Amino acid sequence: MPIEPVLTKYVREPNGFSLDFFLKHQGYEGLRKALAMPPNDVIELVKASGLRGRGGAGFPTGLKWQFVKKDTPLPKYIACNADESEPGTFKDHVLMERNPHLLFEGCLIGCWAIGAKVAYIYIRGEFYHVQRVLEAELAKAYAQGYAGKNIMGTGFDCDIVIHRGAGAYEAGEETALIESLEGKRAQPRIKPPFPAVSGLYNCPTAVNNVETLCNLPPIVLNGAEWFTALGPEKNGGPKLYCISGHVKKPGVYEAGMKTTLKELIFDYAGGVRDGHQLKAVIPGGSSVPILLPNQLDVPASFDDVQKAGSMLGSAGIIVMDETTCMVWVARNLLYFYKHESCGKCTPCREGGDWLHKILTRIENGEGEMRDIDLLLSIGGNIAGKTLCAFGDAAATPALTTVKNFRAEFEAHVREGRCTLPADWRAARMPVAAH
Amino acid sequence: MSFHPLMAYDDRFHKSERKVVDEGPAFEFTPQRRATFDDIISKYPPDRKRSAVLAGLYLVQEQAGYLTGNGMRHVAGILDLTPAEVEDVATYYVMFFKEPVGKYVLQVCRTLSCALLGAERVTEALSEKLGIKVGETDASGMFTLLEFECLGACDRAPIVMVNNEHWHERLQPADAARLVDDIRARGAAAFNGCHLHVENS
Repeated sequence: MPIEPVLTKYVREPNGFSLDFFLKHQGYEGLRKALAMPPNDVIELVKASGLRGRGGAGFPTGLKWQFVKKDTPLPKYIACNADESEPGTFKDHVLMERNPHLLFEGCLIGCWAIGAKVAYIYIRGEFYHVQRVLEAELAKAYAQGYAGKNIMGTGFDCDIVIHRGAGAYEAGEETALIESLEGKRAQPRIKPPFPAVSGLYNCPTAVNNVETLCNLPPIVLNGAEWFTALGPEKNGGPKLYCISGHVKKPGVYEAGMKTTLKELIFDYAGGVRDGHQLKAVIPGGSSVPILLPNQLDVPASFDDVQKAGSMLGSAGIIVMDETTCMVWVARNLLYFYKHESCGKCTPCREGGDWLHKILTRIENGEGEMRDIDLLLSIGGNIAGKTLCAFGDAAATPALTTVKNFRAEFEAHVREGRCTLPADWRAARMPVAAH
Repeated sequence: MSFHPLMAYDDRFHKSERKVVDEGPAFEFTPQRRATFDDIISKYPPDRKRSAVLAGLYLVQEQAGYLTGNGMRHVAGILDLTPAEVEDVATYYVMFFKEPVGKYVLQVCRTLSCALLGAERVTEALSEKLGIKVGETDASGMFTLLEFECLGACDRAPIVMVNNEHWHERLQPADAARLVDDIRARGAAAFNGCHLHVENS
């Protein structure tokens, strides 16, 4: 079901990112309205809207804010997770580059709701071109009284600080992000205590994704009912979907969560390349299980994708056609996870490395049949046995490819090589490996 | 010596990738960079100066070209950290170069969405054109070739980041060699940026 874009309505306007343009299109009106409400009412409004975190877990934002400890002399913080690193995800990239003031407004509404005086935007180091846009626009917001002291004459003081990361996937995990903000290695902390009780600088902290915060101004302006009506039950609001891989029109698409994965891939992104057939889809960033073409007729909502056997995650939809070797996919992703593992927990640090070694062996035609079950065994010993969700994420590509495409793994072992046509392989794979 | 009777403690068994930090020449921030750094430090609570360590390391890299031991020690001195604490952080993050790099560091995304559209071929083509392997710098000192993990622009695959800063999108394997020549001729003007989705649609 197509909806009128809310978050990305003006992303294609040449000047759409500027403060002047933003102010002409209801810019900072949501903040003005929120500042006239008691903070607790803002939290109740967000709870009523059912807004769920857009970073991957889909946790209700209002609830997260409610958990932030209020009766404490310690300062409170909003940490905006702009470390968009999940493979296949690029929605925050577009939002920050083309609609920076919406993010600032969302940060300020969040700060007002939980009683914070500072919001830190932790942006991944690779997005330096985006950071420069944010910094230039933030300076304008400060100059015109939309951030800093006495915001819009209401007496509310709140700073926004942009903090540049330096290349670490793990920094997207909320406690690792806090560690990195504190100037340490981005490694996760033991939970509890959760950040809402003891986060940044051991103070109560709410860590929210960029897209989550960007949803706040429209919620405050239009109300909770408007928001819930845009999607299925408990999955309200506009959602950004990132579609990449073997599709005709890759890109970021905004839709309600009643839209099915099939519609997103075939209607929004134009379907797979001409002359090819769909083989597999990763619906929520590389950390979630694969869905097959016959499993795509489900609404792309947090709950429905989970029922279909995967997760909506960060809504990074990676589409693969029949030219794709699934052993190669697993090896490519395991290289990513072994490279990005922070090294804190042994199952993930060692297990990820071994999964990659075994997958490389199978891909090079040197594997044995028992290696396939070994993958499942190692994967099962990583998932759920680490401090953060990275372990599950790292095991998933190996487990899901074997589960859905075991015959391909067996063919690699039996034939001693990839059995897909040579020209398909040549388009993507290291020739030496085949 | 070895703590294990059958295991000699030498390079047959003890293999570490850790390299001793290159000390580099004596280092001090230029007054302008020092002012920038002080400004960044002031954005964090006074007793939490450590939060600015990544920013400090970026400034060292900007000034010295890579992270030298002396540069890291300088940052440690300003932030009241030990040199080991700074090195601990610096070695974790991939955007800091621990050894000298070329004038243009080509960072090719290799993760799934880019790889599906030929990123491995792009790396091969660049490697062949420059006559270097991934991780190496060419003889002229002009180019370093690196592979990077998902850069977050999968709709514009295959994507290349240059010097942690510039972007070149939709680089086809067949065009990779031409891009190298173009950079030699025009420098940073050769990069097409990261905006195609806005301007061309």
